[in-house]
Amino acid sequence: MSERRDDKAWLPWAIWLGGLMPAAMLALRGFTGDLGANPVAEALNACGELAIKVLLLCLACTPLRIVFGWTWQMRARKHLGLLAFTYASLHFGIYVGLDKVGALSSILADIVERPFIIVGLTAFLLLVPLAVTSTKSAIKKLGGKRWNRLHQLVYVVAVLAMVHFVMRAKKDTTEAYAHGAVLALLLGVRVVDRVRRRSRARTVTA
Amino acid sequence: MAKPGDDVPIRSSEITSEKDYASRPKPGVPPDPEPDLGFNPARRRFIRNAALAVGGATAFGGALLAITKRRGGAPPPELSALPALSVAETPSARALASVALASNDTPTPLEDITTYNNFYEFGLGKEDPAFMAGTLRPRPWTLKITGEAHKPEEIGIDDLTRLFPLEERIYRMRCVEAWSMVIPWLGFPLGKLIERAQPTSRAKYVAFKTLHDPEQMPGQRTQVLPWPYVEGLRIDEAMHPLAILSVGLYGRTLPNQNGAPIRLVVPWKYGFKGIKSIVEIRLVEEEPPTTWNRAAPSEYGFYANVNPEVDHPRWSQASERRIGELSRRSTLPFNGYAEQVAHLYEGLDLRRHF
Repeated sequence: MSERRDDKAWLPWAIWLGGLMPAAMLALRGFTGDLGANPVAEALNACGELAIKVLLLCLACTPLRIVFGWTWQMRARKHLGLLAFTYASLHFGIYVGLDKVGALSSILADIVERPFIIVGLTAFLLLVPLAVTSTKSAIKKLGGKRWNRLHQLVYVVAVLAMVHFVMRAKKDTTEAYAHGAVLALLLGVRVVDRVRRRSRARTVTA
Repeated sequence: MAKPGDDVPIRSSEITSEKDYASRPKPGVPPDPEPDLGFNPARRRFIRNAALAVGGATAFGGALLAITKRRGGAPPPELSALPALSVAETPSARALASVALASNDTPTPLEDITTYNNFYEFGLGKEDPAFMAGTLRPRPWTLKITGEAHKPEEIGIDDLTRLFPLEERIYRMRCVEAWSMVIPWLGFPLGKLIERAQPTSRAKYVAFKTLHDPEQMPGQRTQVLPWPYVEGLRIDEAMHPLAILSVGLYGRTLPNQNGAPIRLVVPWKYGFKGIKSIVEIRLVEEEPPTTWNRAAPSEYGFYANVNPEVDHPRWSQASERRIGELSRRSTLPFNGYAEQVAHLYEGLDLRRHF
């Protein structure tokens, strides 16, 4: 019995050990001077890209259940969300600490004047309450329904992250739009599922 | 959203299997003992989980690295193989060699100059040109000087360097993306070439054009920018002694990724004005179209003079990161060449003509 309950105990370990590998690689490349001519920009972009990619993986868990009926990945969802938040924090930390070197006036000017910074910052700030309430006790405290409603913010975060990605591109928006298309697919599966369940529920009650 | 109490149909994936149902814990009945496999089942579980964790981590980490991988593969061609160039040691050439250079403007390492390039004809990534520009054939190469000139001509690249003695110019290079380098160029004043063509009185501007050949420049197969790349200067800007056509850097022939065999360098303007791999220079009466201005007119102007006061919509131009440095430097008006060039723009509203 206990073995059955524990048979996915390895999953969080795999996600965190594997998920932090790119961060470790970046750190290693940084220390050995292997991040190219502009290491700050390289690390900044890499962490932003990882945040978006891991967030998309996190948002793929539910569609996998809807489409294929799989359930094992639902246990990964929380950890993927926290991993995405980790990379978003690194991205934000590098922007503040290394790109802007903590120059507050320059950061404030960016926030006021540059829409793409405002959008990215908003996405990051909206992730914070989700990360804070990722524990079991937080779910209990908030109640499942309120917790669910709060965590629907992740859809807003994902859309804002895509807008940030597209706006930042100088001319090569292809990559950003490709990520946006994946997000649209993942959200589309949810919408179709919801509509179908609702109409089925209606025919059952009718 | 289904509300509690709604009659939502149960999906087949949610139904407990018969096997699981049969083995559910029953009150009063002790669960089946663990089967005896010869060693501690807890230890067995631990080994199994550890193996799965390590295997899963390797797979997941490897997948993440793969989908975010930048560039690997063959290294860029060896730069030391490029022919060395000889430099004129005349006093006038030496006078401009390090004009307006500050003591902390040390030349950026060759490796950075040749691996961090914006040259969309060879890919959109900064490292792409170093890997991709091997397809460019910089020799033989002909540069055409045409338009409003009494003596238009076509000159072979090696004849050019025989006609005009090469000078070393150590210039700051400020990219519109808020990074900068210090580059020891080899070249000759653009004005000397224009003088030789004898401009007519209608020659008010100079238009430049890059090679258009998707065979040699694979990036031109995608329409990220309207090809070929074109740039332009007012004729008085072009005649300024600091504006040069460069054919080399660090004492050697120009590497392909830096715009071989001949490129424009205008140190008081943003880097994108420095059009690469030029095939045609045309003297014209009207302000010529310029590529980035055509692509995004609100972001890139015709003048593109370095100006810390006028921000780009996506980034501040007040400061810059010098490649090789971690902290930021203040950006100087006209990239620090104000004393030499500011008079060209007297009476011009630099906020409007950015």
